[in-house]
Amino acid sequence: MTINQLSIFIENKSGTLVKVLKILKDAGIQLIASAIADTVEYGIYRVVCSEPTRAYLILKDAGIPVALSDVFALVLENTPGSAADAIELFTNEGISITYMYTFLLKGKGIIVFRTDNADKARETIILNNLKFIAEKDLNALAEQSI
Amino acid sequence: MSYSPYFNPELETMPRKELEALQLERLKSTVKRCLNTKFYQDKFAELGITADDIQTLDDVKKLPFTTKDDLRANYPFGLSTVPMNECVRLHSSSGTTGNPTVVLHTQKDLDEWANAVARCLWMVGSRPEDVFQNSAGYGMFTAGLGFQYGAEKVGMLTVPAAAGNTKRQIKFIKDFGTTVVHAIPSYASRIYEVMKEEGVDPARDTKLRVLCIGAEPHSEEQRKRIEHDLHVKAYNSYGISEMMGPGVAFECQEQNGLHIWEDYFIVEIIDPQTLEPVPDGQIGELVLTTINREGMPLLRYRTRDLTAIMSGECACGRTHRRIQRLQGRSDDMIILKGVNIFPIQIEKILLKFKELSSDYLITLDTDNGGDFMTVDVEISQLFTDDYSRLTQLTKEITRQLKDEILVTPKVRLVPKGSLKASDEGKAVRVKDLRKKF
Repeated sequence: MTINQLSIFIENKSGTLVKVLKILKDAGIQLIASAIADTVEYGIYRVVCSEPTRAYLILKDAGIPVALSDVFALVLENTPGSAADAIELFTNEGISITYMYTFLLKGKGIIVFRTDNADKARETIILNNLKFIAEKDLNALAEQSI
Repeated sequence: MSYSPYFNPELETMPRKELEALQLERLKSTVKRCLNTKFYQDKFAELGITADDIQTLDDVKKLPFTTKDDLRANYPFGLSTVPMNECVRLHSSSGTTGNPTVVLHTQKDLDEWANAVARCLWMVGSRPEDVFQNSAGYGMFTAGLGFQYGAEKVGMLTVPAAAGNTKRQIKFIKDFGTTVVHAIPSYASRIYEVMKEEGVDPARDTKLRVLCIGAEPHSEEQRKRIEHDLHVKAYNSYGISEMMGPGVAFECQEQNGLHIWEDYFIVEIIDPQTLEPVPDGQIGELVLTTINREGMPLLRYRTRDLTAIMSGECACGRTHRRIQRLQGRSDDMIILKGVNIFPIQIEKILLKFKELSSDYLITLDTDNGGDFMTVDVEISQLFTDDYSRLTQLTKEITRQLKDEILVTPKVRLVPKGSLKASDEGKAVRVKDLRKKF
């Protein structure tokens, strides 16, 4: 139900983002989706990629402050309003979305998000029969798209 | 083989009364010797005193202070009390403002210096069977040659590795079976970092057991971290180039204060503002009078180093008094919004946070609201995916710093490696960008 996401601590300084991206490039890691907000001093750069565990260890060995975390990923129809419908289900249950980002993969909309209540979010996904992706599905999708 | 726990058993455990008698005798002859120089002749005339005014140890208070500026003003040879042909070595400190300072040594001075360092190394358990690697800069930096001659005097196999080229240092440690290392604390941390990168486990792959650290003020937490990382016992070394260099004071195996060799020095602690003595236990500026030096003896030299005398006897059996771990320099003292702050206070707090590395940078700057302090700290491993946890961490660091230094700094998280010490030399910890009026 969840996928692995890299959370990378990035200083708001020229050259820090490209340093991380180059490490991933040299390791042959493919980015699937990533998001960073503009912040004053530092940001958390969140990355969904191929081989997240290996990517995590490589960054860690390079001395980059990085964490590996579980986030939800739902597959939505690529039509207007599908994200609103999905998120509303969580809101109705009193679950807050901590952050969210979206991307398209094989003509489907994928939303990646984290909530303040993982158990309840899991329950909501099951009860509403939402389509989610697991780590292995993501890898399969990524390979197809290469 | 069984050895005495002391390198100079008689002198190190001399009953206080005898030690003080020895000090007085040496003080009197030092004063006479100093009067060979025009500098001290003038100082004595100014104060209206003569050598005969020194009848008790307490009379040291009658003597004039000597400062670094005095050394600069008498550059290079003005404070020498012997003809130049009796001097065999010169050490000089960097002269960032004006003249550098020069210290001259006779052969006897060098022998006594080596003896003092040997005493320290022996005290922390070094024996002739040990292999000693000196990872400090050689040349004018006194910790290079100072430790070299002291370690040789102990009888250890000595590796003058000097600072830098960390991979080679680690190779030496492994290949030569180094058991005792001397390095400045930030460099010891650097050695550990590179060991980790190279996959070297200090406990498994080396014979290291003793580390002597000095020249940079460091906290107990930092010592513990280095001891844990490198799998050694780490001992605090205090030296000052104007006295000679390393060998002035050193921790014994109790790791509770540094014994200062009172057959070499008369120790005073003064208030740096009033110049009056402070009671034992109270922090002040360390003032030293050399009483075992020929080439360039100094009376009441103001070291600018902050420490306190520790009262009470030490379990190791040495009778020479102890000083507290150095609390920074009176010159390094930051005055912010009228509050006195020492960088080591900040370091002590930061080392409590396991999320942070041991490097930090204090920046003082001015904006519309007046002067303020920024403390950059390094996140060593990201422990969360949550901004609010990072904000919480920043707030907690800020709160604890404020409790310690009484002003509220701005705390900034930066990634590990941004502030690290260079391969050689001391880490920059304080930047003052304030507008001076």
